[in-house]
Amino acid sequence: MTDVALGLPKLLTGIPGFDSITNGGLPLHRTSLLSGTAGSAKTVFGCQFLASGIEQFGQSGVFVTFEEPPVDIRRNMRGFGWDIEAWEAAGKWAFVDVSPQLTDDTVIGGEYDLGALLARMENAVRKVGAQRLVMDSLGAVFTQIAQSKIVRNEMLRITTALKKLGVTSILTAERTEEFGAIARYGIEEFVTDNVVVLRNILDDEKRRRTMEILKFRGTDHQKGEYPFTIHPRDGIIVLPLSALELKQQSTDLRITSGNQVLDDMCGGGFFRDSVILVSGATGTGKTLTVTQFVNGGAAIGERCLLFAFEESREQLFRNARGWGLDFHELEKSGCLRVICRYPEVAGLEDHLVSMKAEIDEFKPNRVAVDSLSALERVGNSKGFREFVIGLTSFIKHHEMAGLFTATTPTLLGGASVTEAHISTITDSILLLRYVEMYGVMRRGMTVLKMRGSMHDKEIREVSIDSAGMHIGSPFRNVSGILAGVPVHASEREIARLNDLFGQ
Amino acid sequence: MPTLVFELFVTGRTRQSQAAIQNLRAYFAEIPEVEYELTIVDVLEQPDRAEERHILATPTLIRLLPMPSLRIIGDLSAREIVWQTIGLLSSGDAPGTTRNIEEPNHD
Repeated sequence: MTDVALGLPKLLTGIPGFDSITNGGLPLHRTSLLSGTAGSAKTVFGCQFLASGIEQFGQSGVFVTFEEPPVDIRRNMRGFGWDIEAWEAAGKWAFVDVSPQLTDDTVIGGEYDLGALLARMENAVRKVGAQRLVMDSLGAVFTQIAQSKIVRNEMLRITTALKKLGVTSILTAERTEEFGAIARYGIEEFVTDNVVVLRNILDDEKRRRTMEILKFRGTDHQKGEYPFTIHPRDGIIVLPLSALELKQQSTDLRITSGNQVLDDMCGGGFFRDSVILVSGATGTGKTLTVTQFVNGGAAIGERCLLFAFEESREQLFRNARGWGLDFHELEKSGCLRVICRYPEVAGLEDHLVSMKAEIDEFKPNRVAVDSLSALERVGNSKGFREFVIGLTSFIKHHEMAGLFTATTPTLLGGASVTEAHISTITDSILLLRYVEMYGVMRRGMTVLKMRGSMHDKEIREVSIDSAGMHIGSPFRNVSGILAGVPVHASEREIARLNDLFGQ
Repeated sequence: MPTLVFELFVTGRTRQSQAAIQNLRAYFAEIPEVEYELTIVDVLEQPDRAEERHILATPTLIRLLPMPSLRIIGDLSAREIVWQTIGLLSSGDAPGTTRNIEEPNHD
């Protein structure tokens, strides 16, 4: 599927994820409107568009600033590693400074146009041989030029001239509301055929940034809002989660869960590039399942990356010691890396970006997340689902095995929100449940789902001691475990029930 | 050394640019006793000069001297504003007065 076949050619921007949701970048030699409320990262996007051009494609850029003086922009963008000053010196970046000057009193004394601005822009484009240009922002033009008719005519003239110069450009504009008119002056739509909207929505007390391609005239793009994050080092990263394609390879390769009986229950172990969800109430053995999974990998020299969102390092290491495992030794040998974070330190998008970066760096064979449900609190349900899709597809794409845990809110039976959201995304589901029998709490485990494989359908008793997890024989004559109301039934009772229905 | 120093930024030979030059020259023709210095800058030929002075619109007239410097954007057809802004009128004089003197010539 090429973009040319579907319409106008596009220019790859190099902004991570953006080229994916735009099906190949911004329309080539056109001006695209980038609209957003205050603080929606319009200026960062603009600077990154130019920076990516220089760093990734060797394309020079011009930044026309109507608002912030260049000295501020140079300073603000240094954090992202963009050395604008050096690029200016190398003739790759040029500013056209139209920011408000404090010097002279200015009055209007007759008719005028913005010929000087156009001349300066053309001059800058020619000087550095620019292929990219950013105008930031339209609203600031209006603070200097009050007559909207003049601005409208002149912006049209400028975008036409830019097209002739072969420059792909972005014009930023302010919006007053997240879901209102595209922009506030009512002229923006006339100026450009392409509109990208940045949003910074307060949703359930959490800030969530999204990006939407509203229209690209004459060419295709992905529809809807996509979350993005501003990484402190890498700038804007769009997460094209729903645009992911199901193209992961799958293998018949099996890996051990670290427990022989569990492997047998799964029909010979987990699949290598599959994602397994372990669901259970607190204390049913989820973290132990993770620990076994780590140990099973380490025993055959596989590396495991463990993300812990509920317990601290010390707690995890102590738990492992209690089951006869030394995480310190495993970390030293390079088979394990444990990363502990509070879920609340970042938004889901940021968590996803940093987790991907950790995975890329450590290159593990196995990834464990304990627990996934702790991250539920950070975002809304849609965001959480997107996060899980993003993480699972990333893990599978890299041919790793993922083991996620989910905590159920009730002790007996019950399903967690996590399960409801992600059960269809995961390949296998292990249920750990409490079973109350004659006043004693016992633990049960069952393989609920194992995509592409035969598996044990029975609910087996699990006992935990200092040597780890022991999976025993199935619970016989007990029903209602998963519903949370185990009923012990004798053979005679079963026979009586059968008779009842027989009548 | 003239007391009035101006820089006028224009864009090529557009109607507004030509009008600005003509209007300014006409105003000074009415007061031949006032010495002034005028530099016309075509932004198409000297875009760097426009960059230096942060010129956005054309025509733009900058009064460099006397200080403080002032700017008038437009083709300078708004006579009253121009005369007041660049200080061609001494206090008490109204631009209308000047016009009245001219009127008999038109009859």
